[in-house]
Order: sequence, then structure tokens, then C-alpha cells
Amino acid sequence: MAADSYDVAVVGGGLVGVATAWGLSREGLKVVVLDEGDRDVRASRGNFALVWVQSKGLGLAPYAGWTIRSSNAWGGFSDLLKQETGLDVCFQRPGGFTLALSEKELENRAATLKRLREQPGMVDYKIEIMDRERVRQMLPDIGPDVVGGSFCELDGHVNSLRLFRTLHKAINERGVTYLPSHKVETITREGGEFQLHTQGGTITAGKVALAAGNANMRLAPMVGLECPMRPERGQIVVTERLRPFLNHPVVTLRQTDEGTVMIGDSKEDSTDPSGLTLGVSATEASRAVRMFPLLKSANVVRTWSAIRVMTQDGFPIYDQSETHPGAFTVCCHSGVTLAANHALSVAPMIARGKLDTSLVAPFSARRFHVQEAG
Amino acid sequence: MNASELASSYDLVVIGGGPAGLAAAATAARAGVATVLFDENPGVGGQIYRGITANPVRNRAILGEEYWAGSALAAEAKASGASIVNGATVWSLDRTLTVGVSIAGQARMLTAKRVIIATGSLERPFPIPGWTLPGVMTAGGAQTLLKAQGLVPTGRTVMAGNGPLLWLLAAQILRAGGRIEAILDTSSRLNWLRAAMFLPDFLLSPYFKKGLALLREVKAKVDVIPVGNVAAVGTDKLKEVVADGHHIPADLLLLHQGVVPNVNLAIAAGVAHRWNDRQLCFAPVLDADFQSSVPGIAVAGDGAGIAGGTAAAERGRIAAIAAVRALKPDAKIADPQTARQRLQREEMGRAFLDELYRPVAALRQPEGDTIACRCEEVTAGQIRETARMGCEGPNQMKAFLRCGMGPCQGRMCGLTVTELIAEERGTTPDEVGYYRLRPPVKPITLGELASLPISEAERKAVER
Amino acid sequence: MFKRLGDTGATLTVTIDGKPIRARIGDTVASAMLAAGIDHCRTTPVTGAARAPYCLMGVCFECLVTVDGVGSRQGCLVPVAEGMKVETQLGKREAGR
Repeated sequence: MAADSYDVAVVGGGLVGVATAWGLSREGLKVVVLDEGDRDVRASRGNFALVWVQSKGLGLAPYAGWTIRSSNAWGGFSDLLKQETGLDVCFQRPGGFTLALSEKELENRAATLKRLREQPGMVDYKIEIMDRERVRQMLPDIGPDVVGGSFCELDGHVNSLRLFRTLHKAINERGVTYLPSHKVETITREGGEFQLHTQGGTITAGKVALAAGNANMRLAPMVGLECPMRPERGQIVVTERLRPFLNHPVVTLRQTDEGTVMIGDSKEDSTDPSGLTLGVSATEASRAVRMFPLLKSANVVRTWSAIRVMTQDGFPIYDQSETHPGAFTVCCHSGVTLAANHALSVAPMIARGKLDTSLVAPFSARRFHVQEAG
Repeated sequence: MNASELASSYDLVVIGGGPAGLAAAATAARAGVATVLFDENPGVGGQIYRGITANPVRNRAILGEEYWAGSALAAEAKASGASIVNGATVWSLDRTLTVGVSIAGQARMLTAKRVIIATGSLERPFPIPGWTLPGVMTAGGAQTLLKAQGLVPTGRTVMAGNGPLLWLLAAQILRAGGRIEAILDTSSRLNWLRAAMFLPDFLLSPYFKKGLALLREVKAKVDVIPVGNVAAVGTDKLKEVVADGHHIPADLLLLHQGVVPNVNLAIAAGVAHRWNDRQLCFAPVLDADFQSSVPGIAVAGDGAGIAGGTAAAERGRIAAIAAVRALKPDAKIADPQTARQRLQREEMGRAFLDELYRPVAALRQPEGDTIACRCEEVTAGQIRETARMGCEGPNQMKAFLRCGMGPCQGRMCGLTVTELIAEERGTTPDEVGYYRLRPPVKPITLGELASLPISEAERKAVER
Repeated sequence: MFKRLGDTGATLTVTIDGKPIRARIGDTVASAMLAAGIDHCRTTPVTGAARAPYCLMGVCFECLVTVDGVGSRQGCLVPVAEGMKVETQLGKREAGR
């Protein structure tokens, strides 16, 4: 085997890519991770860090089960990472809220959850609608505009930037080769191996795992797969470090273990990660102050925008190629929530050379054709 | 003036009230351009003429005639009709020339037809062991206290580093009756070799005679010790300064190794920057009128590359003349040629000074437990280790280690982080690049952010 | 660490952690603290290390203090006023003040 020949090439050095690479390395494989450069689009530097269950699965019921599987595996996953690297990614699962600032928002929330539950094949898990008083007992600092919310005890969060660093450290210590500034231009398959032609040279590997986020749309057809994407931009506002005041993450607002408060969850049709719409930040800030008035005087230290990795229907895509045996796609929006699954479930499947249909069959991109035919 | 009294739009917004900003605002306003100047400090003058309009230092000899030259500039700006707003922090500027400004805790957005960024310079990071200890301060900080509040160091004061400002401050402290235990000169002897070829220009520049006299004045009274390294030692405050085996008990250590452009606002506005290897910093890419890569935005003063206060004023005038010509083609305005000639003369000695006072690598690229990012307390060793792990640039580094994520927004660590990565990767700082910066470039409160105008589309991007 | 040059400027009183100190009109909170010999103005939210004003020009954010109940003010940019209440800021700022 040539020096730059590997068992598996993981395309993408974001959270999905490094979680998969770590899992592959645990299976004893020789792995290379091909990444882009420092200023390229990186969703993993711009996520909200929730390990989130509530309301997942509306439109594709099996996604709820897949999400709960990862949520349940997360504790063990973070322990393994801590053993290997000494770094604590601060996974916590105290249960999380979606807060409503008007009766209409609360009604919409209840209606969404009802539709979610009534789906055929939906896994049963508890999400409660709570009135203002019940919310206040758990979140004493809410403002007068909060009329209620929904709560799910499976929801949690993590320090996602530390997770990103920890996974990079872990793959580094395991001997995985990490090659930044190796944007993959084309992929060919000759002599039973894949050749990945990158800006930094050609890399050869027996298998390929495409974990390149929105770029999977461009790469997947090169190995007989498809990965339809519709990227969107999200913006986040971050405050200075504050003393702990919030014991539960809210889907649009959480306090990190470091003390900063992250505020966000906007959606804009834009693929320009350098742009920032101040009015969107202002809306986020305004809602945050209405939810927790004590935040009004907190200093905003940073804002950022990032491009969400979003498949066309918002659900993950896991596929293996029929025409190019050994090629896989691992693609999803929720790279933090699903990190445990990618590391502990999907990576071993790729190592074995076969996706376990009992787990991931609903997430094949073939679903897009079924819908078109229907 | 409070934020609600501001107009919703100005012909020209000048950001920064140092020499460049004052000269720009005066030039433009006199030509009939509706001009507002925002400055963050309680009074105009910037850092070089800090406190110029309300100075408590009665004895003019202490600060020197160069300082008092700032009075004329401040008076000129005041008389010009420009609206000058102090205590006004500009925290956002974008390609549409929309400006976000906060005054006394109230935020406002307004638009400009042209913008001149005159945010000047800040002192180059001086990341040595113990530089975060109370009792360690920048030389510029001590100079500000002298200029604006008439405070002189007492107790045992040690200065370390190099550069014109260090010698000037030493002279000012001595003239004010202060005492300096020692100056630890960190210049490399080798710098002379590189500087020598620029000596002829320097001999003709206004800096030559002034500089020489200053050195003589200081060296007559203070021990100057050449050193290769410096460390501040103490537990919760400075106890002693250690350098090349010298142990000097000290209450105050003043650090300085030159100044670099204050780039945060310009970078956040999308202005292209490039590495200047002689000045070891990022500086904006500008044309002869100091216009940047973003149409309508100029960068004048030391923010355009370090050249000193007198040059800054000329740059401000040149940028303002270009703005006037663009906004009011019929206005009577001086030909920029005069300002260009004066600027050229001011810039003559700069290359010599840059080379002579080029800070040594050891004091720019620390190692081990020395803190690089003061806000988040990230060490040089962590940055080096992470770079060796494959982290290619400052943005990934920020995500991994939080360096640059604190309230100073990378101002204290940005150059260090870039240079450390470049050194570990064996590449250039230009290749490594700088932090991606976004508004607010100075912290504003969540309440201020919430008070900004919101369009229906922007609201719908969040409320679902 | 610092002394006043001559006897210039009218004085006023501010309190620092409840203790009154004399300051001058024209002082900033940071300069008043340094002139009063206060050696640190905050401890960091990361490790609790003591910090003092460093740059005095608004860029380093080392002089963050609580002024009249509002935390994380840049002491070097805030002019003193009669009766102002300044508090050193210990560790992370408390939300709501």
C-alpha cells in the first residue's frame, strides 16, 4: 500500500466527519480526513450545541427514534472521549424548553406536537405543554411575556466547540491522518480503490465516507450517490460570560458551561456565510430579552452567521453506493445531536462495508424519488 | 449629544477623533459636507493628543511641543462646523455604509454616503510571562494617564521593549519628576544591519534630530540594559522583572514594542487587508487617496499602516479631499498635492524606524505557559500544540481554544495567534490570515441590540 | 503606583467597593482607581486571576468594573462623576446587574 493509501477516506473535517473518523479508527482502520481551509464554510464552527429531541421527526417518524438513540448514547460517548483525551465536552441532559411569547405561539406549538404524535410509526416519548406557572417553577427568571412552553426531559446540550476540538484531538492521538487544505475536487474509482483528487494532491483509499455537509451534493454523484441539499443561513448572538442563571436549555437560548449565553435559531435563504443581517440579530435579541429580562444589560461580545447543512427535506441521508462499492454518504443537519450515532453506529457499519438497514433504511436518499413518484 | 439627536444620514461619517479623524472632519466640513465625527473617548485627540482639550499638565515642556501641536488640529475641527460626538462607540459598519453607534447606552443606526475610518493604532501585543499581572501596563497606557490625568508613576518603575514611544514616554516621565529604575532594551543588534540601508532617508526626516535628542536625554539619567527576554514575576501582582539573569524589583512594568493598526472595524466592514512584513501587522489595501476595497470607505491615519501622528493628519486630509470631490464636485477644495508632499516627508524616516525597532521573534511568538489570549487565558503552548494537530488558521483555533472570543475580540491576541500558527506551519502570516470579525466590534448590550429597527422579513427569519 | 502632577483640577468623591476616594474631574474610573493605589479592578471569569487596567485606551477590556450597578463597564472610558459607585468585578458578571 502506498504511503498515502488508506482504508477509509472521510471527506469533511466537521463534526460529522471527525465523529465518523473517530468511530472508524476505533474499528482499527487506517483513516484519513480530508478538509478544506481555515476560511472555508464550516457549519461545525457555527452550531447551537443542542443534543435535542423534542419535535424531531415531524414528516419522517423514524427520525425521532434515531435521534433518541443518539441522545441515549451521548453520555457513554462523552465518557469515552474524556477517557481518551482528558477533555470534558460537558454533556448535560437536564431537559429542555421551547418557550412561547404569545398564546398563538403556544397554540402552534401544541398543534405541531399533536401532528408529530399522530404520525404512524412514531416512537412514544414525553413532551409536555406547560403553562406559564409550571415553566416559571423551572425557569424562575422568565419575563411576563412568556405564556408557556413545551418541555422534554430528553433534551440536553454540550460544549460543541470543545466537542469539535476533542474529536480532532482524539483522532490525532489515534493516528488518523488529518489533511486540511485538501478540498476534494473529483473522486474516481480504479483498481478496486478510490482516488480522491484534492487541491493538496491525490489520496487513495479503499472506502470513502462523504461527510462534507452541503458539499455532499457536488461529491455524491461522483460515486453513484445523490445528496440533495438546500443550505440556509442561521445567525447567533453570544453574550459575555455570566454567572449561571439558566438550568435548562431553551431551543433558542442556552447558557454554556463557560457562562456565555447563546441566542439564535434564525433561518434565511442565503449561502453567504460572511453576511450578517443586523435586524435578524435584533429580533433574536429582542425575543431573548422578553424571555429573560435580566439579560437586557448583558454585553453582546460576538455575533456570527453560519450556513446550515440542510438536506432537501431536513432529515439525514445515509447511503451506500451500488455502482461504487465502498462509497457512503453520512449527511445531516444535527451533527451534534447525532454525533454519538455517527461515531458508535454508522462508523462500524462503514467499517463492515454494509449499512444496517434495520437502523438507517428510512434515511436513504431514495426517499426523494418515492415522493416524486407518489 | 444623545443618540436620538443624531441625523438618520450624513454625507460623511468619520470614525475616530485622533489626528486623522480631526483633519478629515475639518477638511470636509469646511467644504460644506455634512460631517459627523464619532469618538469613543471623553475628549478628542485620539491617543497621541489624548486630553488635548482639557489637559491637566500645566508645564508644557513635560509633554513636549509635538504634543501641543494637537491643539491647533482640535480647534480647527471644532471651528469647521463638523458635528463632533465624544463618548460615541461605533460598533458596526457594513458595505452599504450603514453605521451602528452607541452613545450612553443607546444604540442607533444611520447611513453615510462616505466613511473615513480613523481608528488609529494600538500597541502590539507583548506576550511575555506574567504580562497579565497587575502592575504590568502598556507604555501607551502610562502615557495616557500622564496626558489626560496628569498621573506620573511613583515607586519602582521599569520599562521594557523598544520603539519611539518608549523613549518619548521615558523622557516625559523624567521631565515630570518621575524616576525609572531601568530600561530593558529588547532591540536586536542585528536590526542595525537591516536598518542601515534606510539611514540616508532617516537622516533627512524630521525624526532624526528629535529622536537623537530624546535618546540622549533619557540615557543620561536611566540605566539602559540590552536584553533578549523579559518576564514579569509575582503572584497576584508584580514583584520583580527578570530579564537575561537580571532581577529587578519593581512596582510597575511598562511594556512597548511598537504600535499596529487597529483593524477590527475595517475588517468587519469587509475591507481587504494584507500582511505588511516590515511592520509585522495586517494593514488595509488602499489607493493613493486611502480608499479601501469597499466603495465609499477610506482608512486614514495609523489604521492605514503606521506612520505617526503628523502623517496621520495629512492622510486624513487626503482622504477627506477625495470624499469632498466625490460628494460635491463643485465645492472649493484644496489640491491634495500639498498634503501628499508633506506626507511623503513625514514617511521618509519610517522604514529606518521600522527596521531598527523591529521586535524580535521571541517576544512576538511566545512559548509554553505564557498567555497569548488574555481574555480567555489561552497559552502559547496550547496554540502551538493545536496548530501541530493540523489546525491551520485563527478561525479554527478560535473554535478549538476560544482565543479571540473574549470581550477584546482578538485585539490583544490576534497577531500573536496568527504568527504562532505561521511559525508552527512553516508558512507566512499572510497565508494564515486573521480572525473573521463581525459586528458588534465593540460590545453592546443585548437591550441595545434589541432596540434596533427590524424589518418584517428579518422578524420572520426568527419567529416561526 | 501613580501620583498626581501638581494640584490641578477640582476634586469629587466616588466610592470603590463602598470606600470613598477622592478623584479629579477629568479622571476616568480606571485612572481614579490607579491614582488611589488600588492594584486590581477585577478577577477573570476564567481562572479568577487578578487584573488591572492595562491599555487605558479602550481596547484590552482588563479594566472592566461595575459602575452604579451595571457590570462590565470599561473603566478607562467612563468619566467619574460625584457619588459614583464603583465595584471591582469578581469572576463572571451576574446576569441582570
